Formats: sequence, C-alpha cells, structure tokens
Amino acid sequence: MSSKPASLRLLDAFAGPHGVDGFLEQVDPLLVTGECRAEVVAVEHGTEESVTLTLRPNRAWKGFRAGQFVQVEVEIDGVRQRRCYSPASAETEEPGAELEITVKRHPGGRVSNFLADHARPGMVLGLGQGEGEFGLPRPWPDSILLIGGGSGITPLMSILRTVLAADRERPVALLHYAPDPERAIYRAELESLARSRPNFRLLRSYTRAPGAGDLDGHFSPTHLPQAEPCFSTAETFACGPPALLDAVRGMWANGLEHRLRVESFVPPELLPSGEPGEGAIRFAESEIEVADSGAPLLVQAEEAGIAAEYGCRMGICHTCTCRKVAGTHRNLVTGEVSSTADEEIQLCVSAALGDLTVAL
Amino acid sequence: MTTTLSPPTPTPAETAPDWTESFGAEMDAIRQRLLAERGQHDADYIRRLIRVQRGLEVGGRALLWAGVLPPAWLAGTAALSLSKILDNMEIGHNVMHGQYDWMNDPKLSGKAFEWDTACPADQWRHSHNYMHHTHTNIVGKDRDIGYGILRMSEEQPWSPYYLGNPVWATLLATFFEYGVALHDLEVERLQSGEVELAEKRGLIEGIWQKVRRQALKDYVLFPALSGPFFAFPLAGNATANVVRNLWAFTIIFCGHFPEGTQEFSEEETENETRGQWYHRQVLGSANLSGGPLFHILAGNLSFQIEHHLFPDLPANRYAEISVDVQEACERYGIPYNVGPLHRQFGSVVRKICRLALPDRLPSASLGVARGALGGLGRTAGRLLGRA
Repeated sequence: MSSKPASLRLLDAFAGPHGVDGFLEQVDPLLVTGECRAEVVAVEHGTEESVTLTLRPNRAWKGFRAGQFVQVEVEIDGVRQRRCYSPASAETEEPGAELEITVKRHPGGRVSNFLADHARPGMVLGLGQGEGEFGLPRPWPDSILLIGGGSGITPLMSILRTVLAADRERPVALLHYAPDPERAIYRAELESLARSRPNFRLLRSYTRAPGAGDLDGHFSPTHLPQAEPCFSTAETFACGPPALLDAVRGMWANGLEHRLRVESFVPPELLPSGEPGEGAIRFAESEIEVADSGAPLLVQAEEAGIAAEYGCRMGICHTCTCRKVAGTHRNLVTGEVSSTADEEIQLCVSAALGDLTVAL
Repeated sequence: MTTTLSPPTPTPAETAPDWTESFGAEMDAIRQRLLAERGQHDADYIRRLIRVQRGLEVGGRALLWAGVLPPAWLAGTAALSLSKILDNMEIGHNVMHGQYDWMNDPKLSGKAFEWDTACPADQWRHSHNYMHHTHTNIVGKDRDIGYGILRMSEEQPWSPYYLGNPVWATLLATFFEYGVALHDLEVERLQSGEVELAEKRGLIEGIWQKVRRQALKDYVLFPALSGPFFAFPLAGNATANVVRNLWAFTIIFCGHFPEGTQEFSEEETENETRGQWYHRQVLGSANLSGGPLFHILAGNLSFQIEHHLFPDLPANRYAEISVDVQEACERYGIPYNVGPLHRQFGSVVRKICRLALPDRLPSASLGVARGALGGLGRTAGRLLGRA
C-alpha cells in the first residue's frame, strides 16, 4: 500500500529494501501491515464432506458485506493456491472480528481437500478483502427469499445470520437443497433458527432421500408457493451448482430478472480448457482481445501491437514473466499444463488452451 | 584469439553427428526431473535462509549500535557482512532469476524482489538475467566480460589504458556494488558516442534513487541512532558493504574467467540450437569446490556451470544435479572446469595481469614484466588459499 503514514515510511527507510513487514513477519506472520492474513482459530467438521474454519484476520482486513466472497490463500507443497470462499458468518465492520468459512470437498480439488484434511488451529492463511456484487443491499429488502444448494449455502447463511441477528419482523425464507440430511451443511443451526425465529421459514429438500425433508427432489416451480413470502415480490438470492441456478433463472425470466441475484460456484479444476488456437486471448491492461493463433503468448501480444518486455525468448531469463489472470496454459518447454488463476507465467514459452486472460 | 566451439578429444558419444542435441536432451531431462521434484522442500529452504538473513541483519545492526565497544563492533560488522552476502547472493540473485516464481508468493517473485545493494533490481534483471545469461561469454554481447572497464579476453583489443587492469580490478572489487549498479548504463558506449546520454536518463534516475536510499540507511539513519558514537556503526556498515563487494567480486569472477573457460564470437553462436546453447554454457563457466556452507555463502554460484544450464531452477539443488551434469560432460568429452577457490581465483588474477599487457610483445624486458605479474597472481592465489 502506497498511502502509508510518515512514521511507517521512516521505519521502511530503516528496514529497506525489504520494509518493516519483511522483519515483522519473521516474528509473527500476522503482524504484517501491508498484507491481509488470518489465523485459523477453530476447525469443525460439520459434515463428512465439509469443514468449517473460524478465522481471525490481522489488522489489514476491512471486513465484508453479507453474501460477498473473499479469496483465501493456502500453501500446498510450496505453492500458494488461491480460492474464493463466501464467509458464512454475519457481516461485520468491527476490525479484527472473526469470520467463518465452510469448505466443501470437491473430488480432486487440491485446496478443498487440503483444508479438509490439514487445517488446524494456528495455521495462517492469506485472506482477501470482501469482493463481488452478490450481497445484501442497503437498505435491506422488505422480504427475502434464499435458494441454495451444496456449498452455495455459505453466502446465504451470512445473509440469514446478518438479518436474523438484527430483525425479528422481516420475512425470510430459505429453500435448502442437499443430497440427504447428513450432507446438508449447517442443518442443525438452520433447524434451530427455524424453531426460534417466527419470521424465518426453512424448507429442506433432500434430493436423494425422498420424504426426509419438507420438499422432494431438485428445485421446481412447485416448491415456490410454499416459500412465503411470494417469490414475485421478495428479493431473491440464489447460490449453488450450475444446474440449480439454471432452473432458478428459468423461473425468474419474463420481467422478474431484476429481483433475482445469483452467485455461481464453479471449482477452478472444472474450468473448461480447450485446444491451442481455439479460444480468445485477452490482454487485460491493454484492453485488447484476439483470437488465439496457437503461437506463444509473447508473439501474439507483439502481433496485437503490445510492447511486451522480453529477453531471451527461450524461457531462461524471465523478463517476459507476466501474471495470468485466468485460463489454462501449456508451458512449451516443460509441457506442463496449468489452470491456476493469478499465476506468474513466462509469455515466451506459454501457449493458451482455450480462453485465457493475462495482465498485460 | 577466440577459442572455437570444436569439442576436445573425441570420445565415442561425441562421434555421433548430432551429439550436442543428445547432450541437450540429457540436460533437458535433468531439468524436467528437478521441476517434478520442486516443492515444499525448496520453499522451506529459501524461507529459512531469509529468516537467517533477517536475524543476522537485526543482530548486526543492534551490535553496531553499540559499536563503540570493540567486541560489539567486530561481531556486528561480521553479522551485517554475512547478512548482505546472503541477501545479495543466495537470496537476491537467485530469487531475481525467477527461481521461486512457481511458489506464487509475491515476496519471492523474481519481478518484484529488491535487494540490499546499490544496483536497482529491475536494471539487474536486464543486464544479468537476459544479457549475461542468454549471451554468456559472447564477446561484444555479454557485458560481464570485464564490466566495460577491464580487459578479460584476448578478443578485446589492447590499449595503454589496460596497463592499469590490476588496479582497475582492485577498484572494481572494492566498489563492486557500484560497478554493478552502473552496469546497465554501458558507460563505455556512452563515451564512444554509440548511445546518447538522453537515452539513459531513466536508468540514471533509477540508480540515483536506489544509491541514495542505500546510502541514507547505511551512512546516515543507522549511525544517527548511536548519537555521538555515530562513527562506529558508520565504519561497520561501510566495512560490511566492502566485505560483501570483495566476496561477490571474487565468486563472480571465478565463475567465468579462470583459465580454461572459453569465449565466443557473435558469428559462431548465430542460429544456435538448444543443445549448442547448453554446450556453450558449460564451456563458458567454471565451478568452485567446497563445503555446504561455502556453497550457501557463494549463493551456489560455486555451481556456476549448473547455474548457467538452469538459471531459473532453485539453486539449492545445483549440488545434487552437479553429479549428473559432470558425469554427462565426461561422457561427451566436454571439459568441466572445477577447482578450489584459491586455484580458480589465482588463475583469474593471473589473467587480469596477463591481459594488462598487449598480446604480442617484441622484447624480453616485457617478458620479465609478465613474469612478475604472473608471480603476483600466484601469490594472491596462495594468500587466499591460506585465508
């Protein structure tokens, strides 16, 4: 951060070139002032497939709005991996307030399985500020309908906890989809809230355990009338797997779109990757997009008229190293394929597999 | 005279028509193996080193604050010298090569790292990572050959200025951080009028900013903390900078200039294949033998050959792969230049002295001068070996 107070700038002059943080983090990684980090203070395995982490952020964290997501960074085998998680705790502006994230295991998911297996109190994670447009607007809507499936319950949980903590009148309803009661994240707390709060209506549907919930099967139009307040007047928030969101979007067509807010959770491992020459290359900072020719990204940047820095053009000198924002690339020297977002890549020896964005 | 690329004594492996390509393939295989193994072990290694360096820096500066007491001054100066050596060599140089980019840690990103020396990191990345590592030992392209002020190759035409070669080398060694800082300015090309001063304005501004910050910290801010005893930390900081300069110069010059390392011309390296590029890296580099602590203090540039083959792989792995590289070089009959510090440095000193004189001398009197300079080199080598 550039807008540091004069006292910190003087300290940085003493501590240069590594800065005060370069020394503070040797004492305690949470002491750094320029980087947001959080310590895991509690780990709870709510279901077999999920783990709930309570995080205590350092002073650099500014909080989030209910429904927003944060980026969480964890080091696995020496490599920092970043994923987006929506905090499930109530929103807060109190500095240093704890937040809660719930991580659901994805088959083959590197980060979700790592956290489910290895998260322990005392572990320090990287943390981003609250991001995203999906969130509880201000002023709060008169009535609120929440539709969630799988780990999509997490941002809805935050909205629910935020509203119910402050308001005993405003009607709130939740359509909660899970395969069976055992895999329904936050089931116990939701059931307890439904019993104690007359303004909260909970409708559970267990898609693989018919009869176990209040509703049966996947989301369908017949589920809505039971979720008073009426869906056409409530502000609706939906979050979950793509199939659920597609079904919900279908219902909110015909002029009701403005009352629906959706957030899609797609684990990065499942992002589609294409063949060389198939997708589009976006040079984000230059605001240029070109059809991928299959050539190394450096060549394509130059052909698009971008004065990219380069040196050896053979993968040695790292002069052309640039951040890949999103997409899948292949390293032409090592053959390694990676879909990691926000990753430094060497443009001269990298080619795109499908759509790809670089910060150039 | 430029030494040509033709391989020495033929061996069976070498008689294959495209032996450089199969040598290159073997080097690529070593690279792939290391990439596959790279992980937590390497991340922990570099973090541990940074931890040691930060500890030495804090400890050194704290001791120098009380530098009026002689034991504190000595210990503080030693700790700060070590801190600067670690920061510049095993940490800074290697991180800035992108050796730890794969960790995705912004603090260890080769493009963002800044080090505790006069040279701005971004200028270093250009002159070193690109110019020197891509064009290793190509006279006219690799500006590390003599840093624009020394004659380190017969290929550089002699002039009376080079009679001062040993003096210039001593000055460069003492003020090495400033020599490196001015590297990208290409002072000799400015003098010859090849480049305009205006083109270099941005670079000069960058160097000035960095030199000023470094000088402010070492020669004003920290000494000021000691009040009336400011001279002690000031002298300690200056000594630490010079110790680091001498050490870095020694290690770096031993990497490319001992007898046996070869230089190349632009013509013979045109349209080089990957295999030929690997071959040139071995021929143009020399290793230093020593123990693990020596290799860490040398920033693992004591494995200069492995570093030049794989500049962006974590340097803490050079020791283990050097066994395979040396074995492959033996099979292909490629000379693998390795020796202890005193021998390699003695050889560098002899070269600096020899090249102070023109290559073809008419009389015996100059032969005597050559002998004297050579003797000087050997003495220096022996002294260093004993130290």
